[in-house]
Amino acid sequence: METTRTNTIFFEKYSVTTRDLETYLSEALSRGGDYTDLYFEYRISHSIILEEQIIKSATKSVNMGVGVRVLSGEKTGYAYSDDLNRENILKAARTAAFIAHSSSEGGTTGLSAPISLENDLYSIPLQPVDLEIAGKIALLHEADFAARSYDSRIQQVQCSYLDETKHVMIASSDGRCVWDVQPLVRLNVMCVAEAGSQRQSGYQGGGGRRSVDIFTGDLDPKTLARESARQALLQLNAVGAPAGPMEVVLGPGWPGILLHEAIGHGLEADFNRKGTSAFTGLVGQKVASELCTVVDDGTIPFRRGSLNVDDEGNPTHETVLIENGILRGYLQDKLSAGLMKAPITGNGRRQGYEHIPMPRMTNTFMKAGESAPEDIIKSVKRGLYAVQFGGGQVDITSGKFVFSASEAYLIEDGHITAPVKGATLVGDGPTVLRQVTMVGNDLQLDMGVGICGKEGQSVPVGVGLPTIKIQEMTVGGTEK
Amino acid sequence: MTDQLKEAAEKVVQRAVRMGATSADVLIREDDTFSVSVRMGEVETLKQAISRNVLLRVFVGKRTATSTTSDLSPGVVNRLVDDTVEMARITSEDESGGLPDASLFGNDFPDLELLDTTWENLSPPDRIDMAIRAERAALKAHPGIVNSEGATFDYSRSCTVVGNSSGFFGEYEGTGGGIAAAPVVQSQGGMQRDLWMSVSRRVDGLESPEEIGRKAAERALRRLDARKISTCEVPVVFDPMTARSLVGHIFQAVAGESIYRRMSFLIDEVGKRVAAPGVTIVDDARLRGGLGSSPFDDEGIPTQTTPVIEDGVLRNYLHTAYSARKLGTRPTGNGTRAATGTVTIGPTNFYLKNGAHTPEEIIASVKSGLYLVELIGFGVNGVTGDYSKGAVGIWIENGKLSYPVHEITIAGNLRQMFENIEMVGNDLAFLGSVAAPTIKIKKMVISGD
Repeated sequence: METTRTNTIFFEKYSVTTRDLETYLSEALSRGGDYTDLYFEYRISHSIILEEQIIKSATKSVNMGVGVRVLSGEKTGYAYSDDLNRENILKAARTAAFIAHSSSEGGTTGLSAPISLENDLYSIPLQPVDLEIAGKIALLHEADFAARSYDSRIQQVQCSYLDETKHVMIASSDGRCVWDVQPLVRLNVMCVAEAGSQRQSGYQGGGGRRSVDIFTGDLDPKTLARESARQALLQLNAVGAPAGPMEVVLGPGWPGILLHEAIGHGLEADFNRKGTSAFTGLVGQKVASELCTVVDDGTIPFRRGSLNVDDEGNPTHETVLIENGILRGYLQDKLSAGLMKAPITGNGRRQGYEHIPMPRMTNTFMKAGESAPEDIIKSVKRGLYAVQFGGGQVDITSGKFVFSASEAYLIEDGHITAPVKGATLVGDGPTVLRQVTMVGNDLQLDMGVGICGKEGQSVPVGVGLPTIKIQEMTVGGTEK
Repeated sequence: MTDQLKEAAEKVVQRAVRMGATSADVLIREDDTFSVSVRMGEVETLKQAISRNVLLRVFVGKRTATSTTSDLSPGVVNRLVDDTVEMARITSEDESGGLPDASLFGNDFPDLELLDTTWENLSPPDRIDMAIRAERAALKAHPGIVNSEGATFDYSRSCTVVGNSSGFFGEYEGTGGGIAAAPVVQSQGGMQRDLWMSVSRRVDGLESPEEIGRKAAERALRRLDARKISTCEVPVVFDPMTARSLVGHIFQAVAGESIYRRMSFLIDEVGKRVAAPGVTIVDDARLRGGLGSSPFDDEGIPTQTTPVIEDGVLRNYLHTAYSARKLGTRPTGNGTRAATGTVTIGPTNFYLKNGAHTPEEIIASVKSGLYLVELIGFGVNGVTGDYSKGAVGIWIENGKLSYPVHEITIAGNLRQMFENIEMVGNDLAFLGSVAAPTIKIKKMVISGD
């Protein structure tokens, strides 16, 4: 039984001492180097899958390790150990040190005792990984029953429950030692609807950094299941999506993936430091209509993309990316901030101890505007209203991005009409937001299912958006 | 090293059985990896590590649970084994559950040439140098190349042990490495980036760093000053890099899991025409030196060569022991352990076989159409085959590559797209274990201005 921790598990349970950490840090800087840090991670996770109305499998994973990083100018040396064995960590420290050629006088200052930050964004009395499995299984059966009861055409239902608790501790050569305990839960419901020879699927999921008590209200298993079933059934009647440029209205919430792809990645500092982003050198310039203010905020309680501290031990922030249409700044990690002489923004993240941290998003969203969502729809003569999306991707250098609608409708003369099949929307990051002509007063954050991939590393993220109207965007359907 | 892993695997299986498991199987993999990235002639990151993973599956009667850990210390592993057996008791009875039938396991495996020990002759400075040479070749290929996302050299040597309570214990070792370069070109019209890479199990299977850099530069340069085009319906030629993603969608559609879940556009189609004549796709785990080759799969079942589509006709779905039992057929040796330890279906060397045409002939056959060089996004509906993706390409005019186009999408339906393959190239290239040559599709809708 876990109550509020007063110290990190690495000190309390695994007997790591400040002295050990100092030894490892010194070893890492033994060949010079400007900076070193140690990333300790202990992660327990579960997944349970329901399919064909039975619990098909349950999984538990336990991973523990230590990543050692040495920075020397623009160079990064990295190695890790799969356990807390002293010799293995020292070996990793020496391997990471290989990069430095006594370019500068390294050396460590004394290390502080481990601290956790005061602003706890996900303080919970009991970690989800410590709960009885029976309660988790009940959530899946509840969702399965609700989806099957929704309509007799729902023929297949797959539900999954995932949880994890991640203990991290970051100790660095500038004397800081910070720890955190990060919970994460998620529930997914996928449905297949069949009518005659027609088959379609629907998906809905939700979660956040909390325990299973998060699954109420909008995230109630029954609500998620009905929404998944509704989407599958809707697609049975969908017509081919139109092809070509047109007015596009994005619904609130998850369509904020537009910001993540079109803007967010291009503003990660590593690409801008290297001059390979389409946004390079655009700070202070107008990149969006003045209706647009976009932020990345890692400090929203219980959100999937939130963190007390990033994976370099720095507190997260609200970082303004675009303010009334003007590009304000980048998302920084330690390395890029140092080289660009810019403030650290708490966006240094990594998938786990096997990985090098880099600038990543947390929760990225546009602030609400003043238009009523119904007025936005009414203003469109012929266009697309897209409310649910699958994934998206961006070419950071050219700025071109795509994202794929999974639920969308035609708008004809100010009215929402036929549902259309999935279509990819394509655009140009530095210019698409200039086309935003209306911003709704209905900002919503997503349900808590975002996963962002970059250079082979996945991290949980959030997005958000009010209803917005984009004057022109290319829709990639089949109907000319 | 394999002895140590084998011993650990035996202990895990024994403990699971002692704790009450009816049967159990385990996969232990050790990876020794080295990767370096260089940028503008300097090392940017250097990473080296040995990592291990234990992936366990236990059955209690017809109930199952799985677990994974990177920590091989006996305390952690024993506790995890015990927890896994406990978890299995609370999952559901599943008629199709259980280890593969014991009669399937073998012990006589061919040498598939998965290991090349000459990688060890390359010192870290040699490896760094290969990445530097690739980037340098890209940077000096043309004055328009002013920047670079860098170049990389990656290498790994892995050892895999699979064992189970039916008495099967097998092991194999393999190596693999690659070099990639990603230059950036700039003009008034903005920046463009592209990359080229070469991957192989053998050192001498790699293209030279200079060749990789030069090809990467060529690919980036031809994208410079790309424009948008008007919405139209034209023939589309997929280069080997983009064609392999289409073949990957066929893999998803023929995976036994997608069939019993009814999440495929190729359900109930075995024996029927699903692609144009001349389209032949195989899953061949026994390809010598193949990136996806292995003697047995992650369930310990001997691998095989499975015809998937023969001259346009669907021949077989691919199976694990579980999906085969569900659908009343034999497993095909495609069991793969997911990161969670569960067994799922994976491709081995899954590829579209060469046709008769050179890529030049294929391009020359198009009066007005698109030569595709990159696809972005995830706009594929595996249930219906509906397809819509962002694209970058070169416009073909009168049989010649003329100017680059971007900010467009291509759309269609995978079933129709495969039926509409008019020409198959003779330039099959293994850029991964899923591969294809150049192909031409009669027509697709391109959405632009």
